[in-house]
Amino acid sequence: MELSTLWFLLIALLFIGYFVLEGFDFGVGMLLPVLGRDERERRVMINTIGPVWDGNEVWLITAGGAMFAAFPEWYASLFSGFYLPLLLILLALILRGVAFEYRGKRPAASWKRRWDWCIVFGSAVPAFLWGVAFANIVRGVPLNAEHDYTGNLFTLLNLYAVLGGLTTVALFLTHGAIFIALKTVGGIRHRANLLAERLGVFAVLAAALFLGVTLLRRATPAAVVLAVLAALCLIGGLIANRMPSRTDPAGRREGWAFVGTAAAIALAVASLFADLYPFVLPSTVDPLTNSLTVGNASSTPYTLKIMTWVAVVFTPLVLLYQGWTYWVFRRRIGTSHIPEEPAPAPASGGRAV
Amino acid sequence: MDATDLARWQFGITTVYHFLFVPITIGLSFLVAGFQTAWSRTGDEKWLKLTKFYGKLLLINFAMGVVTGLVQEFQFGMNWSGYSRFVGDIFGAPLAMEALLAFFLESTFLGLWIFGWDRLPKRIHLACIWIVAVGTVLSASFILAANSWMQNPVGFRINPERGRAELTDFGAVLTNKVALITIPHTVAGAFLTAGALVAAVAMWHLVRRPGRDTGAFRSAVKLGSWTTLVAMAALLITGDVQGKIMTEVQPMKMAAAEALYTTEQPAPFSLFTIGTLDGSRPVWSLDVPRVLSFLATGTFDGRVQGVNDLQAEYAARFGPGNYAPNIPVTYWSFRLMIGFGVLAALFALWALWAIRKGRSPAPERRGTRFLMWAMITLPLMPLAANSFGWIFTEMGRQPWIVFGQMKTAVAASPAASSGDVITSLIVYTVLYGVLAVVEVGLLLHYARAGLPDVTPPPPAESDEDRPLAFAY
Repeated sequence: MELSTLWFLLIALLFIGYFVLEGFDFGVGMLLPVLGRDERERRVMINTIGPVWDGNEVWLITAGGAMFAAFPEWYASLFSGFYLPLLLILLALILRGVAFEYRGKRPAASWKRRWDWCIVFGSAVPAFLWGVAFANIVRGVPLNAEHDYTGNLFTLLNLYAVLGGLTTVALFLTHGAIFIALKTVGGIRHRANLLAERLGVFAVLAAALFLGVTLLRRATPAAVVLAVLAALCLIGGLIANRMPSRTDPAGRREGWAFVGTAAAIALAVASLFADLYPFVLPSTVDPLTNSLTVGNASSTPYTLKIMTWVAVVFTPLVLLYQGWTYWVFRRRIGTSHIPEEPAPAPASGGRAV
Repeated sequence: MDATDLARWQFGITTVYHFLFVPITIGLSFLVAGFQTAWSRTGDEKWLKLTKFYGKLLLINFAMGVVTGLVQEFQFGMNWSGYSRFVGDIFGAPLAMEALLAFFLESTFLGLWIFGWDRLPKRIHLACIWIVAVGTVLSASFILAANSWMQNPVGFRINPERGRAELTDFGAVLTNKVALITIPHTVAGAFLTAGALVAAVAMWHLVRRPGRDTGAFRSAVKLGSWTTLVAMAALLITGDVQGKIMTEVQPMKMAAAEALYTTEQPAPFSLFTIGTLDGSRPVWSLDVPRVLSFLATGTFDGRVQGVNDLQAEYAARFGPGNYAPNIPVTYWSFRLMIGFGVLAALFALWALWAIRKGRSPAPERRGTRFLMWAMITLPLMPLAANSFGWIFTEMGRQPWIVFGQMKTAVAASPAASSGDVITSLIVYTVLYGVLAVVEVGLLLHYARAGLPDVTPPPPAESDEDRPLAFAY
């Protein structure tokens, strides 16, 4: 296999990792005002992802870095072309990241409420825009002979791309609801189960429609197989979400449900990449000459070789220690586990200066 | 202003802002790891209190470093796609490695450290903060190797067909002599920053809240101040070596740093100047004879090339054009970098003097009042020094984005319009401004709150019922 093809696969893998992991973070964030009925429940929700969300986001940074290193032309055309959507994604991710860390740092309810809205905004916007972005990548965008994007913001907001965005939102909402059910105890777990059932219907419909339209435009056998498997996994996960748990009659088989939605997201992203190959960013204008492909966008074999060695050695290590984090924080949490608010800081004893 | 100018302002604003948080994170993660190690070794509760106290400041700061770092990675592609196409084969690899080797390490183990106080065995929990600290230096090393390549490109060839630079020797990129000296210089700057912060906050408590956790805060003043002083020594040594390497690989930057228009042998070091610095008329300048020769070449009678001679040389080599950076900016940022750094070290020395031999500054003394002002400004000094250092080194490279290979003027994104760039410039500036207010507010709040109570919670009936040791 050509090293550039290997790197296409590795970048697909990094985005799969990102969407599977940050997918439930986004879901949890978007559901904050829906499932979190009071401050304690909202804190339960945030703390289910507390120790891991930052590590999950690094999958995106690594995917971006890998794209820059392995396919500089792809990185340059994509990031300069999708300028305003990426700006919005950055704005959202900045607010969301700061919100997780800062919302508990002051006791006032108004302070928390503001950060909660940052979390909702910061989760919903990227959840939608990543779908829009990937739909456009697969569909192709107008590029000139220098591979520079020549469209504008509205070129990117076409109907198909909006459908892609709604699909990722629906998938991440379902994935997030199931994650909450998997990681909590008490009333919130039950409500998350019920909500996942309903959200799942939308996710199945949106994903089927989106992947269907994608494959009608251009279908490779691998993409079709992966899309069908994605649908089956999603449905399987939703069935597991309705089956009573063996160990706890009040709960459902959330472990299997989570495996189902995670696999569905992974396979759906894989299907998009399989459909894209050998292109990395097709052009809708003069596609034969202006499109970016695995061949004409890649770095030199020497750079790819070095990167391959680094990836081969360090990716398993990352998977190992990141997996270990999930093991360390495997315990379910409920409202009774949330410590009291720290007492407000003692009144100042002296003058400021 | 065209899109390139706007993109440059954006890079300047977002990078200087990002680098306010980075050095605190690097230095403070080591100092917090040190506090926790001291607790682990001695069992003395004061170290645990200091770990948690400064750990909280570290976390408030870390969050900002992470989110502003996202912008940095995206920005190369968004605003500088011409640059990205030209250098991606070389510049992308260290960025990708930084993410894979360092960012995963930092974020994962910091999560384990924050939430793992009761979930992990004590030694493993301690190892987590050390791993975070090592991760921060690893991250700095990769990104500085990438930046050093822009200052002194090595290990590559130009592919004329593809119109890009291609990597031929990755080892040469990682062992670039500019990188090898810039990494210790920058890390020393990080320790200067964190040491100053630790000392200043602790000193404030000693004076304003006498009798409360005195032992712990005395230790913190000592540790912070000594860190600052040792870091300053390291900065002077590495800075000296860096100056000589810079004279060798980027002589124009050295000439610009001194506003030295004509080649001189020996060359004096200008401490301070009044005038326009544009070379058109003589300026009054306070000079120390022969010192620039020493800084640049290592001998007191070395020859230092001036801007005008270098300009003529470059015009002959690269074609017509202006090859001098903005001289007033380079001249003053170079001086302000050194000045603020030295001031930080002097303030740290003052703090050590004030608590010498078990003494503590009496609140009613007039000197104490000045000391307090010094302590309040102390954490800002290294931040200013760091910022001016970066402004100097990046502005001093102009008009090049990659020295000798690519000019900044041709590096921007053709696909990004002025409207796009100005939109993002406004968004970042407003957002960063608001977040700065919030962040400083929180830092002050928690810095003034004093050391936390560290009595362990009552034992729970079972592991299942135990409340979280830490929760957002």
